[in-house]
Amino acid sequence: MNPAIASVGLGPYLFVSAALLVLGVFGIFLNRKNIIVLLMSMELILLSANLNLVAFSSAHGDLSGQVMVLFVLTIAAAEAAIGLAIVTVYFRNRGSIQVEDVTMMKG
Amino acid sequence: MMAQLVFYVFAAVLLLSAAMVISARNPVHAVLFLILGFFNAAGLFLVAGAEFLAMLLVIVYVGAVAVLFLFVVMMLDIDFSRLREGFQRYAPLGLCIGGVLLAELLMAFSNWRMAPAGVVAPLAVDPALTNTAALGTVIYTHYVLLFQACGLVLLVAMIGAIVLTLRSTATGRRQNIGRQHARTREETLELVNLPLGENVFEQGGFLRPKGSYYEIAVPGSYGAGEPDKTETEEKGA
Repeated sequence: MNPAIASVGLGPYLFVSAALLVLGVFGIFLNRKNIIVLLMSMELILLSANLNLVAFSSAHGDLSGQVMVLFVLTIAAAEAAIGLAIVTVYFRNRGSIQVEDVTMMKG
Repeated sequence: MMAQLVFYVFAAVLLLSAAMVISARNPVHAVLFLILGFFNAAGLFLVAGAEFLAMLLVIVYVGAVAVLFLFVVMMLDIDFSRLREGFQRYAPLGLCIGGVLLAELLMAFSNWRMAPAGVVAPLAVDPALTNTAALGTVIYTHYVLLFQACGLVLLVAMIGAIVLTLRSTATGRRQNIGRQHARTREETLELVNLPLGENVFEQGGFLRPKGSYYEIAVPGSYGAGEPDKTETEEKGA
């Protein structure tokens, strides 16, 4: 076990990660209409997953977790870029980004 | 002791800034709190011994993704007060679901034990290497295919973002490769003998080819699409 994390312990890391996940999920419910804050809440959820992976990786002394964090970061960056591009195009076409207006494909 | 103190400071600021991200009135403030949260998460990574990922988080997230959010928030002219109408209505439901999720996580956490050492064989990495070098030896051997797949994902995301947001404007000048290849010397170049002391304006200016620039061009592929006579006339005058 890495000496620095040995003094803190795995438990506090997992608690911080769980709290961050709950904050992210709560943010999705709280900001139902603001798609930009929805995207930011998703970033928070992914960050909590990253924190979990890093904590377990150093607790086990296994670098695979940190490699997974690298991949999660890649996916999160791609998701943010595509999501914001869609928001920009939608705003250009409709003049608003109200989430409840996005019902064009509703049957 | 020092590591514990640093950990608790970073964790407290991280959770506070995450709470501010989801509750800030102004989305610009939300993005700035997100940046603060990422910095503190990088600090937590440092405490856990993942130096490379901490730097990566600062560079990729704060440097690129959060600034992208900031650009989009500032670029779109949105009435943000309208977006917050359902804030009070959805808060109880969100609190319920968040509380249930937190309770479940705490229950799982209280009944969880680490597997005894030796059940899972960790990747053998030379402990003398720095964190970055050790990550490199793992990424480029065990995870090389996943690494390449990540590159592909980024390429697709880049092309997708460009295709989504690219507008074909009337003034955009596009290349017409067939037309370029079909060009002959006669329609683009005319050699003129210039007497000593004369300038080219008497000969018709710099738009030398027999037609004007716009007549040679493919209709619709250039800005105005019409010959811009005034410019050449002014030069000739």
